[in-house]
Amino acid sequence: MPFSVTTSRAAFILLGKELRLEFRTRELLTATIVFALVIVVLFSFAFDPTPAESRRYGPGLLWIAFLFAGSLMLHPSFAREQSNDTLDGLRMAPVSPFSILLGKMLANFIFLSLAEVVLVPVFAVLYNVSLSGIVGRLIVVLILGTLGIVITGTVFSAVSAHARMRELLLPLLLLPILAPLLIACVESTGSLFAEQPALDRTWLAFLAGFDIVFLTASWLLCDYLLEE
Amino acid sequence: MSARRIVGTLIAAALIVFGGYAALFIAPDEATMHAIQRIFYFHLPAWISMFTAFTVVFVANIGWLTARKQKWDSLGVSAAEVGVICCTIGLITGPLWARPVWGIWWTWDARLTTTFILWLLYISYLLLRGLLEDPERRATLSAIFGIFAFLDVPLVYLSNRLWRTQHPQPVILGGKGSGLDPTMAKVLLVCVIAVLAIMVFVLIDRYRLELLRREVEELQIEVELRSLDAPASGTSTTRKVQP
Repeated sequence: MPFSVTTSRAAFILLGKELRLEFRTRELLTATIVFALVIVVLFSFAFDPTPAESRRYGPGLLWIAFLFAGSLMLHPSFAREQSNDTLDGLRMAPVSPFSILLGKMLANFIFLSLAEVVLVPVFAVLYNVSLSGIVGRLIVVLILGTLGIVITGTVFSAVSAHARMRELLLPLLLLPILAPLLIACVESTGSLFAEQPALDRTWLAFLAGFDIVFLTASWLLCDYLLEE
Repeated sequence: MSARRIVGTLIAAALIVFGGYAALFIAPDEATMHAIQRIFYFHLPAWISMFTAFTVVFVANIGWLTARKQKWDSLGVSAAEVGVICCTIGLITGPLWARPVWGIWWTWDARLTTTFILWLLYISYLLLRGLLEDPERRATLSAIFGIFAFLDVPLVYLSNRLWRTQHPQPVILGGKGSGLDPTMAKVLLVCVIAVLAIMVFVLIDRYRLELLRREVEELQIEVELRSLDAPASGTSTTRKVQP
């Protein structure tokens, strides 16, 4: 292919397109952040936690909010292309299918991370959790967890884009797959919120393993995923 | 029905009847759990059948993606349905056994949680198939999901193992699993073979049904195409208004 570009370059071009598209309206990002905030607030009504309890349940609540927000936010990633018939254009581009997937994953990673950047401080204030001294380690956990959500989520967004009731289908496909990721994220965040904050390396390794397994699987299967 | 199928069905029926008899009357009484422990002779075989069925789904998914033969897709959906049934049997017999022995219906132990997630994943797989119209696309996309689901299983197990390390081991299959009584082991073997045989028979039947269904679908499309062609060939205008 004379006009072919490298996978990473194509992925970054696509990332630029996704970011431009989103920051023109910011509708996806705004909706995601507001939705996650609603979950955080509703949880405090439902459980009315004391400071000790919010240390105990806070990590779970935070990650449930991210997971739900992610499963809603990832849906338009391919559905948007589908409704405007632009996916065919992408397919015809002389780039590897993995670069399309990778570009979308990177874009979704940025969107979800931005939502988390807003949400984590709000959560810390509302639930009286002190973030001082653990920010750096928390970011590591957040990055690994978010990667896991967007890697599987972007693939399933492409899977569900062709189906009927696709808005409902994506969470159904995504949330059970993410069960181990949720456990790992909640446990590692929980050990950071404890009286003696510590970073559990086993869970970090598990999260990294999760990301690697599914990134490899998406790399191997992307040709089939994006075929017409 | 061919003679081979009749013989096969009879053998499977004889096996399950004998297995049931052996589990109830031949197997020795378990020291602490007594009669309730006999559910084990159907609980574990259901589990083994489930894992076999889901492995078949995984193989069929890869088979479809690499070979693009429709039979792989048919095998995949058949095995997924049979696996979900076996999984449901395991999930029902488990709590029935756990309640008198552990004192609780359910616990979030690694094995139990993994099975539950597995059940959810393969129900999602079947749901996904139902919501995709185009047969080719349905096969490909559900195969991708199936592979992801299968890869997720060891991760679910590992995460729960790491998480709930303090949890007591399941009573029979814990570390001391080798302590099974020889008669018990023989009865168990019969039951495993019996349940597996029935699983395979159901799977074969379901697979044939799927092939027949595909044939009907193709014939229907052909009929529709012909009825579309008919007015174009200019036979009669009245045929168009027919319902």
